[in-house]
Formats: sequence, structure tokens, C-alpha cells
Amino acid sequence: MNVVIVDTSCANLASVKFALQRLGIEPVISADAAVIKAAERVILPGVGTAKAAMRNLQQLQLVETLQQLRQPVLGICLGMQLLTESSAEGDVACLGVIPSRTEAMIAKPEVNNAPLPHMGWNTLSLQVDNPLVKGLEAPAYCYFVHSFAVATDAYTVAESSYGGMTFASMIRNGNFFGAQFHPERSGQVGATILKNFLFAELYGATDADTRT
Amino acid sequence: MLAKRIIPCLDVRDGKVVKGVQFRNHEVIGPIEPLAERYASAGADELVFYDITASSDARVVDKSWVERIARRIDIPFTVAGGISSIAQARELLAMGADKLSINSPALRDPELINTLVDEFGQQCIVIGIDSFYDAQTDRYMVYQFTGDESKSQRTSWQTADWLQQVVERGAGEIVLNCMNQDGVRQGYDIAQLKLLRELCPVPLIASGGAGCIEHFTEVFKAANVDGALAASVFHKNTVVIAELKQQLSAAGLAIRPLEQPLEQPLEEA
Repeated sequence: MNVVIVDTSCANLASVKFALQRLGIEPVISADAAVIKAAERVILPGVGTAKAAMRNLQQLQLVETLQQLRQPVLGICLGMQLLTESSAEGDVACLGVIPSRTEAMIAKPEVNNAPLPHMGWNTLSLQVDNPLVKGLEAPAYCYFVHSFAVATDAYTVAESSYGGMTFASMIRNGNFFGAQFHPERSGQVGATILKNFLFAELYGATDADTRT
Repeated sequence: MLAKRIIPCLDVRDGKVVKGVQFRNHEVIGPIEPLAERYASAGADELVFYDITASSDARVVDKSWVERIARRIDIPFTVAGGISSIAQARELLAMGADKLSINSPALRDPELINTLVDEFGQQCIVIGIDSFYDAQTDRYMVYQFTGDESKSQRTSWQTADWLQQVVERGAGEIVLNCMNQDGVRQGYDIAQLKLLRELCPVPLIASGGAGCIEHFTEVFKAANVDGALAASVFHKNTVVIAELKQQLSAAGLAIRPLEQPLEQPLEEA
């Protein structure tokens, strides 16, 4: 399978590459629009800040390319946040392929001891209409590291909670999928999610094209 | 709910895992990769690799093992040891390290913390603090170059002040190593950890003193830390992670359960 990891020049590319290799896939790491367009699956990783990552994508002239992809795309961590309309981190416009918003996490004052970043293993809600969590059983723990999060809305396909907040830990709009956690570092739960993204049936009868 | 993290620490010297008592008398435990893999499959939530000689010898960790570990394990890991430049940090992150832990170099040049956080983000910059309780002055003091006894020295920082300083500079997580307790397995320093928990708005990891399962329960319940780091009890199998997690879970703590081995890989659709 032709899987491309987008080289956002700020990302944890190696761990995503190694996770795919453990699943028997040899991914291509590329910032070349033609290579990305030709992929069967595209993974958009990301660490750092939304502002820096969007600046990199603009410099690489990849914004339109990514927006126009029709094959399954998975944004991981900051990569998921880049799929949304905008991020409060640096108050920056993102790719806008999922009409959600990325906001700063603020623990509820009545919650004692909710340090930020939200770092460590937390559970996901498992919705039957989310093909990426197929085969998982509760409690499904994944590894998170972030201080900004996507607000829950109609595009949320998995939720997680921390410090009195509930946020979207997975989002989806048509062919665009996002995971706030790091599936490449989330043990067998993460490996299952990656396998589903690569191999499972991603489009049901009802979501043939839900993109707006 | 966010789970409390169990973090085996592998002290690395010359490419081997070692363990000393109160930072002394290092004995070789074994090669790195099999131990890393063993811990990942035994239920560790995260691993820390400290090259304990790196800072004091003014050299960087031998890096080849970082990539080999990243290839093999599917849980996050932190690399520590003499990281004092953007170039070194970039290389380690590029090889697959999830987080970098900075200790002595940050004491020498606190601005390094800001520089690394600006470049790579708060989420991957951990500050390790070696703290020693001085009974004479009743103060917790920060030490540096603790990897080598002949070079280990007290700094002028009180631990609480240094902790607040590194948090202000953007540290994403603190590993507090309570030196008086290290390696002697009499329990974590609950008094100190409780005190610093109050001052620490980022995740706080307890280190030093674990000797039995009850010590973990105590540090999570009494000091409310986010993770507990330990070395010798895991290396010597005094504490088995599966049993530890079962008991922590039974004590009402949020704990990630052990994973069953994966079934047959999915068929390609």
C-alpha cells in the first residue's frame, strides 16, 4: 500500500514511520505535492505549534494540495488540529477541511490538580460509527500530549475528558480523520487504530460524502 | 480518565543499563533493547533512558540506540543525558525520542529551556531535578552532575525556586528525583513531593525510593503525582508491573490495564 507521511518539517516523523513498519507498511516521507496526491493513504503528523506548522505548510506550498485530497487522510495530534478551521494557538487559520475549532485547554477551577499539558494515557469513547476504533474494547487507553484541543461538535467521533473538560479526541469529515492522541505510541490500541485507517472499510452507506 | 503512569527508568552507561545506590556503585543490569521491549510488553506506560555519564563527561549520549528503541517499542519514551543544544535535541527527536529530559545543562544555562521549548514545543521538554534534603538547614537543594560522584555538586538553587523557574521557562513536565531516597527502597519522599505538587502546574513525576507496591499507592494517593518512576525494583523483579497495576487499580486509581497480545493482523481489504 502506498502510504505517504507528510513531511511538515516539525514533526515526529520517525515514530510514525516505525509504527507503520511494524504493521508491514513501508511509508514514503514526502513534502512533494505530486507524491502526496498519488498516495492511497496520507498521514499528517505534527508536533510544535499550530502557527509554526501552518507556516511550514505554506512555505512548502502544500495547503491547497492537502485541502483537495480525496483519499483517506489522518491527522495526528497537531496534525489533527491543522485539519480544523482555526486554532487558538497563535490565533491562526488552519486547513479548514473539518469545520471544527481548536481551543486552549482550561481545566475547570473546581477540579483539583489537572496539570497541563494533558500528558499521558487517557480513554476514548468508542462509537459504532467510527471505523477507526473497530475491534477495540473499553477501556481503550491512548497516549496524549497536548495543551490545545478540538471542541466537541458534529464532527467529533470520539471524546475524552480531562480536568472537567470534554474534548474531541477523534474527528472526522468525509475522508479526513483526526486523532488528538499518538496512535504510533499508544500500544496495541494505537496499532489497531492505524491498521483500521490503512485496511478497514472507512466509508459506510451513510457517510459516502459528508464533506461540505 | 487520565491514568497514573508507571515509568521504569533505565540508567544507561556505555550502552548498557546500570543501576547504582544513591548514584554510586553502578552495576550492569543488561543490554538496552531487550529490557526496553520487556518493559513495554509488561505494561510500562512510558520509559526513561538516562545516560548518567553524559553531562558530567561533557559528551552526548551515544545515539544509535535511540532509533533502535523507537523502532521496537510502541509506548512513549524520554531520553536524557547531556542534551545542551538545539542540534542535539533535533537529532534525538528525529530518531524517534518522544521527550527530552534536561537536567545539568539547564542549571548551567536556564535560557536553554526557553530555546528548546520555542523550537520543539513544551510537550517534549522535561526538566529533571535532583533534589537533596539537607537536614542541617532543613532545605531541599538542587544538585547537578549527579551521574558522577566526583563531579556531583550542590547548586545555589532551592528546589522549589528552581521548579518554579523551569516552569516559567516553559518546561512541559518535571521529574523530581529525591536523592536521599534514591536506590534505598524506603519509599518515595512524600513530604517533598506533596510540597512541590502544590507549586507545579505541569505534570510531576516522582523518582527515588520505590521499594514495594505500597510505595506506589502511597505516592499517587498522598502526593497526587502524575507518574512514578523507578528502576531497581523493576530490574530486580521485586515489583512486577502487572501485579502493581492490578493493586493500584484495586486501590481506586485510574490505571491503564495490561494489553493482551494482538490477534492475527487484519487482512488487507
